[in-house]
Amino acid sequence: MYSYNDFDEAFVRERVAQFSQQVARRIDGSLTEDEFKPLRLMNGLYLQLHAYMLRVAIPYGTLNPTQMRQLAYIAETWDKGYGHFTTRQNIQFNWPLLKDVPAMLSALADVGMHAIQTSGNTIRNVTSDHFAAAASDEIEDPRPYAELLRQWSTDHPEFQFLPRKFKIAVTGSPNDRAVVKSHDIGLRMIRNDRGEVGFEVLVGGGLGRTPMIGQVVRDFLPVADLLPYCEAIVSVYNLLGRRDNKYKARIKITVHENGLDEIRRRVEERFAQIRPEFHGHDQKLLEDIRAAFAPPAFRNAPTDAHDQFYAADPVYRAWADTNLAAHRNAQYSIVTISLKAPGTTPGDATAEQMRVMADLAERFSHGELRISHEQNVILPHVHKSDLPAIHAALVQARLGTANVGLISDIIACPGMDYCALATARSIPVAQEIATRFDELKLEHEIGPLKIKISGCINACGHHHVGHIGILGLDRAGVENYQITLGGDGTETAVIGERAGPGFAYDEIVPAIERLVQAYLANRTEPTETFLQAYRRLGLGPFKAALYPAEGAQDAA
Amino acid sequence: MSRKFTPKVVTANDLLIGDVVYLTHDDRWTREHREAELIEDEAHAQLRLLDGASQKNIVVGVYLADAKAGPDGPEPTHFREAFRTRGPSNYAHGKQVGEQPGPRQH
Repeated sequence: MYSYNDFDEAFVRERVAQFSQQVARRIDGSLTEDEFKPLRLMNGLYLQLHAYMLRVAIPYGTLNPTQMRQLAYIAETWDKGYGHFTTRQNIQFNWPLLKDVPAMLSALADVGMHAIQTSGNTIRNVTSDHFAAAASDEIEDPRPYAELLRQWSTDHPEFQFLPRKFKIAVTGSPNDRAVVKSHDIGLRMIRNDRGEVGFEVLVGGGLGRTPMIGQVVRDFLPVADLLPYCEAIVSVYNLLGRRDNKYKARIKITVHENGLDEIRRRVEERFAQIRPEFHGHDQKLLEDIRAAFAPPAFRNAPTDAHDQFYAADPVYRAWADTNLAAHRNAQYSIVTISLKAPGTTPGDATAEQMRVMADLAERFSHGELRISHEQNVILPHVHKSDLPAIHAALVQARLGTANVGLISDIIACPGMDYCALATARSIPVAQEIATRFDELKLEHEIGPLKIKISGCINACGHHHVGHIGILGLDRAGVENYQITLGGDGTETAVIGERAGPGFAYDEIVPAIERLVQAYLANRTEPTETFLQAYRRLGLGPFKAALYPAEGAQDAA
Repeated sequence: MSRKFTPKVVTANDLLIGDVVYLTHDDRWTREHREAELIEDEAHAQLRLLDGASQKNIVVGVYLADAKAGPDGPEPTHFREAFRTRGPSNYAHGKQVGEQPGPRQH
């Protein structure tokens, strides 16, 4: 894993010292809120509905056990004993006191972490595939490139006041687990005809009020051109992006209004101009970063323990079937720890659970943890013989839920339980759907199904790319939930289609149940997933299930 | 024709604690919605908003929120404001258990 060098360390410490003074000056009254707000946002500090909130970056979702333990320590010392992992591979603390934030940032700096550029109109935390360096389908570990982008974008003087926020995601696999097509820049590693590795570069993807799938601006970008090309894109956007209307300020609108060809022409022109200024220092840096991501020394040992438990223990087998993914080393597995036990808050972990996961990573996963945008935690490198011990420890910590990729593995934004922007709650909707399908004992029968819930149009809960998406709105002073169907956040990305009028808070869970029953009734066979059935059948049968009264009226 | 004025309370977040607060008729900030001053006159509401907003070293994000009279004092009328009087629905944290932001009080 990458560790901070002296430069990183000094930079983060200096920023903590600066912000500590800014907090002190806000508290003693020498800074007004208007003056302080941009400063606190630059350091990840929001004011939400009930309290301040500190958003901490987990670059490309990678954590070591020491860092995870420090997050537990912060949660217990300055918050209410838990943290919330987000769809942006960040962690949020929901209850800090203003006076404590400098100490929290200092504690983060102690383990090479920070909250810089987790807000504001800057390049945000660079996200990546949570299975990076472990997935069997991977061309190359995308994280060294993500780290290079992190270093380049952090405090980049040209890009501190962009028209709007800017998000970059990188994947090293053809199977996109990082939703790169919904990012301002999406980078997909590919091989060209000569077998060389490079990037397909997408631009202008995004969710929010105007959801768009990213478009290919460059078919093949050599690895050595990564920084100058990204710099060219952001610099074109910085000049061309709209600053007159915040809802039209993201690069997706810039691409839409100017056309992809014009954006490409300008980017290539700018790229030609700045490329000669990159003399190879970035490539030297990349080499050093790569060395920090060297793969662990994998063990060679029998895997019988796993096979025996799998054959004998149905609870273990259910967990293994849903929560394990294929590792590039056949003796190993990728373990996804579900933070979605039915009835709990998606993405939340208590300090005690964080410590359990840190210990397991240290003992069994070569000291690595990952946070997924799906709000789960991953142990990327687990020898199969260790899986039974891990499962037992997870069950004890209430982390053994066997539901990854199933209907109760729901993504949900904080919604109106915490967020000042939200128009409705999303967490209790997720809790109730998960609880209901747990009661029905149907979830393994239903199979792969992604429900994603946002509590406002900004779509932090990725509802547009959920197989079933739920958007919470305020309709005439009452919570109302719109359903979209057929969304897909992978390499075959699609924005879901709105099913019809929304549902009241107490109608949404029954509506989802009717949808799922319609799927079960209409699928050709159990292996046809919800998404496949939707693609085959279209909206028709699902709409009929959602709005039975209207169907009856039509028939009458 | 402009819309009929509906009663309001002045609300904000406490600068240091972050907790939701309301302006009382005697110029205190209270954590209890029912202790807030219920403002029934539009001109007076604007004045009280200015009074609240001028206290820049005590509170942040001052605004007028709809409210109505109730048996124990003003009550919120919109669900967002109702949530602000209680705290989140997923944990027993915040006002609903008499707890403030910051570390748990053991």
